[in-house]
Amino acid sequence: MFSRILTSGLFAGAAAGLITAFLQLYFVQPVLLHAELYEGGDLVHFGADPVTAHPDLPGMFAEPVRDGLSIIFTMLTYTGYALVMAALMSVAERQGHEINARTGILWGLAGFITFHFAPGLSLAPEVPGVAAADVGARQIWWAITVGASGVAMWLIAFGGNLVSYLVAAFLLMAPHIVGAPEPESFSGPVPTEIGALFASRVLGIGMAAWVLLVSFAGYFWQAEGKRAEAAA
Amino acid sequence: MTTKTQKASAAGTSVIPALFAVVLGLGIITLTGHVQASALHDAAHDVRHATGFPCH
Repeated sequence: MFSRILTSGLFAGAAAGLITAFLQLYFVQPVLLHAELYEGGDLVHFGADPVTAHPDLPGMFAEPVRDGLSIIFTMLTYTGYALVMAALMSVAERQGHEINARTGILWGLAGFITFHFAPGLSLAPEVPGVAAADVGARQIWWAITVGASGVAMWLIAFGGNLVSYLVAAFLLMAPHIVGAPEPESFSGPVPTEIGALFASRVLGIGMAAWVLLVSFAGYFWQAEGKRAEAAA
Repeated sequence: MTTKTQKASAAGTSVIPALFAVVLGLGIITLTGHVQASALHDAAHDVRHATGFPCH
């Protein structure tokens, strides 16, 4: 059982992580590098002169070590997610639910909501240079929100009665009613257009990544099961 | 009766591998996404921003 979870998680994480890394380098990284020009003071928003919205930005792999590390860390992060999802799917399968590439799409959307969208609703994905509360406090809020949203998604999927739906709704809303840690004052030098585009891109690519990831995990879960059956 | 007991114990033990995998997975996410040690932070910086983790 453990090797089946491990294999599905590693394969799915490596494959989806690699695809995601390139999606991020193409769609997200240029926005991040643009923001860093304002963070570092190379460009100044609302200065005396209007600033071009299209500065020359370094291309993909202009900084090979930086982008290479990004690829490795994206693959690692998504392998972590895949291990968690494969483990949960193994539990669901034992309860009689079908796990394959197709049902993996739904699991992927649930994972995206849990790990990206729910915390992002109150703690919007940040470009470098925005004002934010203490990082430790935000991490605690992030972890609690992910935990509560994950339980909520499970209850929505498998609860099957009104009480579990109500508890799920409460768990989904509570972290946002309490509120995420916010900065004392706004001091970000990055134009709002860049910040907004960055948040949208992060969430959009995150959704694509999650759907790919857990669909792959479902596929490898099936394939590993068949292989083990054939060997037995 | 015997089969029932065997089934029950098999179900009992097979939660443990899942639990291990969850702990391992969350450990990796903590390492890549949250630990603030500066070497890790610098290496994972762009990924943390691009994945929506709290970074700085």
